[in-house]
Amino acid sequence: MSVETNDGAPAPPFTGTPAGSKATPYVNSRVQRNEDARLLTGRARFVDDVHLPGMLHVAFVRSDYAHGRLLSVDAAAARERAGVVAVYTSEDLGAYSKPAPLLVPPPPIAGLVFHACTHLPLATGKVRHVGEPIAMIVAESRYIAEDAVRDVVVDIEPLDAVVDLEAALGPEAPRVHEHLASNAAAHVVQRKGDYEAARSRADVVITRRFLYDRGASAAIENRAVVAQWDTQAEELTIWDTTQAPIPIRNGLATMLGLPESQVRVVAPFVGGGFGPKIMMFYPEELLVPWAAMQLGRPVKWTEDRQENFYATTQERGQVHEAEMALTKEGLILGVSDTFLFDTGAYDPYGLTIPINTQCTLLGPYDIPNYHTEFTAVFTNKTIVTPVRGAGRQHGVFVSERLLDIAARQMGIDRVEIRKRNLLGPDRFPHNHEIMFQDSAPLVYDSGNYLPTLEQAAEIIGYEQFVRDEQPRLRAEGKHVGVGIACYVEGTGIGPYEGARVTVEPSGRVRVATGVGTQGQGHYTVFAQIVADVLAVEVTNVQVITGDTREFQWGTGTFASRGAVVAGSACHAAALAVREKALALAARLLEVEPAALDIEGGRVFVRGAADRGFTLGDLAGKANPLRGAVKPGTKPGLEATEYFGPDRGSTANGVHAILVEVDPETAMVEIKRYVVVHDCGTIINPMLVEGQIHGGVAHGIGNAFYEQLIYDEQGQLLNASFMDYLLPTATDVPPIETAHRETPSPYNVMGLKGVGEAGCIPTGAVFAQAVEDALGDPRFEIREIPISPNTLFNLITEARRV
Amino acid sequence: MLVRLTVNGAAYERDVEPRLLLSDFLRQDLGLTGTHVGCEHGVCGACTILFDDEPVRSCIMLAVQADGHDLRTVEGLSSDGTALNPLQAAFREMHALQCGFCTPGFLMTLTAFLRDHPHPTGLEIRDALSANLCRCTGYQHIVEAVTRVCRD
Repeated sequence: MSVETNDGAPAPPFTGTPAGSKATPYVNSRVQRNEDARLLTGRARFVDDVHLPGMLHVAFVRSDYAHGRLLSVDAAAARERAGVVAVYTSEDLGAYSKPAPLLVPPPPIAGLVFHACTHLPLATGKVRHVGEPIAMIVAESRYIAEDAVRDVVVDIEPLDAVVDLEAALGPEAPRVHEHLASNAAAHVVQRKGDYEAARSRADVVITRRFLYDRGASAAIENRAVVAQWDTQAEELTIWDTTQAPIPIRNGLATMLGLPESQVRVVAPFVGGGFGPKIMMFYPEELLVPWAAMQLGRPVKWTEDRQENFYATTQERGQVHEAEMALTKEGLILGVSDTFLFDTGAYDPYGLTIPINTQCTLLGPYDIPNYHTEFTAVFTNKTIVTPVRGAGRQHGVFVSERLLDIAARQMGIDRVEIRKRNLLGPDRFPHNHEIMFQDSAPLVYDSGNYLPTLEQAAEIIGYEQFVRDEQPRLRAEGKHVGVGIACYVEGTGIGPYEGARVTVEPSGRVRVATGVGTQGQGHYTVFAQIVADVLAVEVTNVQVITGDTREFQWGTGTFASRGAVVAGSACHAAALAVREKALALAARLLEVEPAALDIEGGRVFVRGAADRGFTLGDLAGKANPLRGAVKPGTKPGLEATEYFGPDRGSTANGVHAILVEVDPETAMVEIKRYVVVHDCGTIINPMLVEGQIHGGVAHGIGNAFYEQLIYDEQGQLLNASFMDYLLPTATDVPPIETAHRETPSPYNVMGLKGVGEAGCIPTGAVFAQAVEDALGDPRFEIREIPISPNTLFNLITEARRV
Repeated sequence: MLVRLTVNGAAYERDVEPRLLLSDFLRQDLGLTGTHVGCEHGVCGACTILFDDEPVRSCIMLAVQADGHDLRTVEGLSSDGTALNPLQAAFREMHALQCGFCTPGFLMTLTAFLRDHPHPTGLEIRDALSANLCRCTGYQHIVEAVTRVCRD
């Protein structure tokens, strides 16, 4: 493992352990996970495992049409069915039927146009995508509820559906939201420098059109909500598969007219998030708690897989018209990119995705002039919100493909053209002069890009492959290719997270934080951070996340921010507890705090190990039954701290791939996949590798297998795992990873996020390698996914030219 | 209909609707929530259990089909339900799980596979794993966990 600072000089790695401590640090080591035993033995609680006495079950009547007028809903027969307790249509909701809140208001960009059109809990007047909920059935069992779905007679007058992004903006297009003048949901222009002037002095201008299509997040756990209204305690408890329990609590309390203290949201173990589990608020999240209060009984809804394909948010539909202006030496003078972004039927998540696209296109390169403009488009398809990567892969795809095409046209090596354009290590912090999704200017905090690129090229044997291997294999009739692509990823954005660290009299340490957890390993990485600071065993630190009763300030797990933001808060809170323990021990032992050591769960006088206390003893003494807690001090060995960065930290990396293509069948075999990445200080290399592997697998799926196919009437044609193919163990190759660590200056530990990195450049590197393998100058890949069918058609077309 | 069966060595007798899915029966009637349901059409494999020692998808079977049979779920893998057996321990050691939702299905598929193939090749491992879907791990650490448990 190499550790580098911006100027290339080695920096001491962050050890997690304050100076003067002797314990072996847990941070930066392959610590096994604290949460695994429960998950491996089937004892971990997921939302669908919550089973309460008297619990009712929900099924939804959903629209079969993508677009239509909702003329009537007749639920009389359903209400009469034995075992049905209630049926609700939009009318039955009364004042509770309000448009969902806009989750992320657009950032302050001059000239920005944005039309907020959020969904209602149940469709009213019109249906705007297949699967939009129309009525809610509550029954004694899910089986009865689903029987009753078929009893409901829904009369819909079908309207032409808005499906194609470009046709959607035509003058004749039907309108998804009729009060708007067109299907444009937003229009945003961001500029840096003067692209037109740069273009006028360019030697080469590459102009291309690029497509990226929709995929599913496909967490193996579907969504679920359980709600219980306790009339005696006057408390509403909601178990929700959410990535953001605290905002869910706050929003539901407001909407249900309850004080926040009377609403508790628990996100227990969540079976994968990948973004869509933070779409606030899903209709089901609004309706299940409301129904539990109406009926005075616990209510559960668990999504089935088919519903997941229609009702859980999706992402990735974009169409780009882009160009890159370069000098004859291959230096980028500027980039212009104008694109359409499919936001689906409603836009509750604002403009996070397309703004990510705008920002991520710049990558690790010095691009002095940039014009980026997008139109967000309403369509009659499932709502779009971030899915792992969240628009970043589109930006990377556009810039990396333009560089590849420029390199080929100018006869410059692909690695060489990248090297010539990388930002040097002396260019940080680097202000890109455009606005990022967190409403702060896009500023790269730190980075050292050249060694990352060189290391990836070296591991995959780029030079040797291009020089010797590829010609030799081509001579044997094999179609082999190499791809190499760079990315920079904005991670770890604000606003803030908090943590409370408590030493119990038993000596056990409890850490509570507000972020939800969906498999990232928070129970372990936060424990590692705290264990180092307090010099205790990592298994002695119990982490609690995702329960608003335990911690009620924070936002959630998204944007690769959990470890960065909540991890920094855990570190700060643990340091405060450490100071408290040292001060108390110093007072009791009548020595200066500086004379004390903390190790093995004990505080003691340096050089006299028997003079001291265990942390548990100190916790007891800090919470006495008699005597005084001094003015200005607080009882207990406990502290709560918050961390809020001004802006996100930027991780980066390079992916390299070797593929072999069979031009007759268009099947692609991945021979090697290399990831060199830099996410600052690494808390747990094993978990970072896991994040990378999963991201790459997701990226391979997006690049090759996964595509949500809508017909011209907005019907999703492949809404099952039989038809929508997720990569399996035989599709994902072994992934070779190497870590680099350029610490972020924006937090004490130097952390950057890693959750999404694996899937960001995958499409770009895949396209480049397949193109290289076919080695036909008439053949270019400008779209993702590139399924065997699509690839076959492209090959056939190119041969015809 | 009356169903009599054994699950993890314990005998059960329950009166169930003929249409009740085996996965729902295990999770709701018997409270064995370690068996997870991911797709309800037999593809993802999260609901895999052992049915007379053979791996099956409990989401596409009916509870009544289990009458007179011997079932094993993830709760029955280790001796006391909390200690980890060698396969479970290898999963922890090699970080072969992230969110853990698909994990019980992988463990049950592998329990049968490793019984029949105690010394599999890497390709055989990947082929066996391709029966189950995981969205978190990219499968690599799962392959390494299986390799590890076969080596020990």
